Amino acid sequence: MTQQKKNSILSLFASVQLALSLLFLLAATSIIGTLIPQNSPPDFYIERYGFKTAQLLRILDIPDMYNSWWFLGLLALFALNLTICSLERIPQVIRTLRRDGLTVPPAQLAKFPLHRELRLAHAMEAATARVEALFATQGWRARTANLEQGRLLFAERGGWTRFGVYVVHCSILIILAGALVGSSTVARIIGNPKFAFKGSIMLPEGESTNHLIAFKSGEHIDLDFHLRCDAFAIEYYPNGMPKTYRSKVTVIDKGQPVHNADIEVNQPLTYKGVTFYQSSYQPYQNYQVSLKKQGSTAATTAVVATAKQTDWPEAGVSYGIINRESQGEATRRLKIWFTDNQGEPSVFWVNNNQEAIIERPSGTYLLTLRQLYATGLQATKDPGVWLVYLGCLLMLVGLYIAFFLSHRKLYAFIQPDADGCRILFAGEANKNKVGFEDKFSELINTLEK
Amino acid sequence: MDSSQLFGVTMIAYIVAAAFYIGLFLFKNERVGVVGMALAMAGVGIQTAATGLRWYESYQMGAGHAPLTNMYESLVFFAWCTTIIYLVLEFRFKTRVMGAFVMPCAAVAMAYASFSDRIDDQISPLIPALQSNWLIAHVVTCFIGYGAFAVAGGLGVMYLLKQSASNANDRQPLINALPELKVIDDQTHKTIVFGFMWLSAGIITGAVWANEAWGTYWSWDPKETWSIITWFLYALTLHARFTRGWRGRRIAWLAIVGFLAVFFTYFGVNFFLSGLHSYGSV
Repeated sequence: MTQQKKNSILSLFASVQLALSLLFLLAATSIIGTLIPQNSPPDFYIERYGFKTAQLLRILDIPDMYNSWWFLGLLALFALNLTICSLERIPQVIRTLRRDGLTVPPAQLAKFPLHRELRLAHAMEAATARVEALFATQGWRARTANLEQGRLLFAERGGWTRFGVYVVHCSILIILAGALVGSSTVARIIGNPKFAFKGSIMLPEGESTNHLIAFKSGEHIDLDFHLRCDAFAIEYYPNGMPKTYRSKVTVIDKGQPVHNADIEVNQPLTYKGVTFYQSSYQPYQNYQVSLKKQGSTAATTAVVATAKQTDWPEAGVSYGIINRESQGEATRRLKIWFTDNQGEPSVFWVNNNQEAIIERPSGTYLLTLRQLYATGLQATKDPGVWLVYLGCLLMLVGLYIAFFLSHRKLYAFIQPDADGCRILFAGEANKNKVGFEDKFSELINTLEK
Repeated sequence: MDSSQLFGVTMIAYIVAAAFYIGLFLFKNERVGVVGMALAMAGVGIQTAATGLRWYESYQMGAGHAPLTNMYESLVFFAWCTTIIYLVLEFRFKTRVMGAFVMPCAAVAMAYASFSDRIDDQISPLIPALQSNWLIAHVVTCFIGYGAFAVAGGLGVMYLLKQSASNANDRQPLINALPELKVIDDQTHKTIVFGFMWLSAGIITGAVWANEAWGTYWSWDPKETWSIITWFLYALTLHARFTRGWRGRRIAWLAIVGFLAVFFTYFGVNFFLSGLHSYGSV
């Protein structure tokens, strides 16, 4: 490749035109995925758009467009553009900052859009001291140069703020890098699916697991510990809206229970880099029974299904669920058959998770049946998330610097004349010029008084 | 007096304020403008009280939460942000006639929230997904951004109106009352910069919250995607100005297109698309 060609490719990637085109393309193509539902099963697209169109969509990866080769390619181009563009401009900024204000020919100062001249009835030294003191009141440290026609004072502030925009560019690259680190693609490339994953666990109450099922790929990913679901509960507001979904869980590491926690929406649990989120639940058609005999210590628990007789031989009691009333999959009431083999069996309705008191010839029994649930947890390990957060923080700081802070320069050229000296002030700011103009006038007004 | 009555008074204040600002634009009478400003300020004051009261009422009902959780509350909050940002701009730049282009937006949002059949103004308890301290940070940052972009869009319309009139060379007194093109252009830009900062913060707080609640800071759900589309559009606008020297007409158009994207992010997504943000729907 010739030098010429290389340079033209490089200058393409350094160009703002490319950046503008990419921003536009990213914005425009992103719309597609909001109009066409993402990650639905193939049949959905055929049914909705017809076979031919569905095939075209599939070729273009539209059903998963934000992970498609062409969209990721656009993002990669964008990152490359940002990098090269910034690398090319940073040396220019450094050159600008290195340029010494004292080398500006005094004749040019009068051509600055912002300049003002005034007379002081002081000798050169006294005038210099006054201007220096004036600059100092604003925290500006002036340097001086003695020239043929007079003395030049120069002070500047906020030169570093010229880097603000590159802080923002850098923050975007950090966020993209963080997203890459946390993606399952990288985990696959390094051959370690446990490096980063997102998956789900459906865990029935009372059971434990040490693996999850990864989203999309469906593969099993092992955890280094077990997670047990002790209980799952839904609480409701008086108007029937759900208030809380809560899973009581225990982490079991090397056979030992090491940690108890309540996982709720907005209140995940993190253990050894894996975070568990409450994401769904599933009512089971099994019931947790707790049965006590009043006035004695005898008690039992069991998990029962419907239409099956369960015995409690110690108390000589048998019971079973003979009917139930459900709303969706959630059981509201259960019809119980109960006997102590003395006289007619008791048959009655009881609400889910409410204690029933059963008077029998052999004594009084307290019976509670609670429908069992499985909690649906999402499990995530994302080693890139801290990079993403760092990038976000850096972006806000960078935006603030880039938009609201400016590089300001002040010049004062002092020339002796008949009975004092003339001072030519000039100033420039790379941003917020109006605000700086006010400050400039204010500063010089104080000297005039 | 309950909060809904106060919101009603606020709505009337905004509508009448918008009418007075339009009156200022049409008749160039400074006094009319002062009344408009006073009404807008009174509206903001009453609405602040109403918001506090609604917050308090929600605790009385046992559903205590900041009033930022459904379409009604967000529309009302949008009107509040837009009016405040506009008033700050008016004080800083002393160009009252801008109100004719911005206050109608706040008034319409408020009236739509109050009168539309599709919008429920009842206080309801928070569903589990919204029970988070990130709620306030996320909604407030987003809506300051939205408010700023609404103001910028209004300024864009004002710019194009003034420019087309001065191009046509029939110098109407009406148009002369508007600030100089250069001034409008500068204000549009500054408002976009301000909005962009807050939109960025809004997207970031949303991402952090999503990661806390769902374990994914970004899932390309339609609301997220539209917010990033909006972000790309404004990033494009800022770069076109900073590096390509775009000014005036083009920036005015971009301010309007940008606001349309904001509008779709805020509204269109809830009405036309489905996704994780469905609690914002009506």
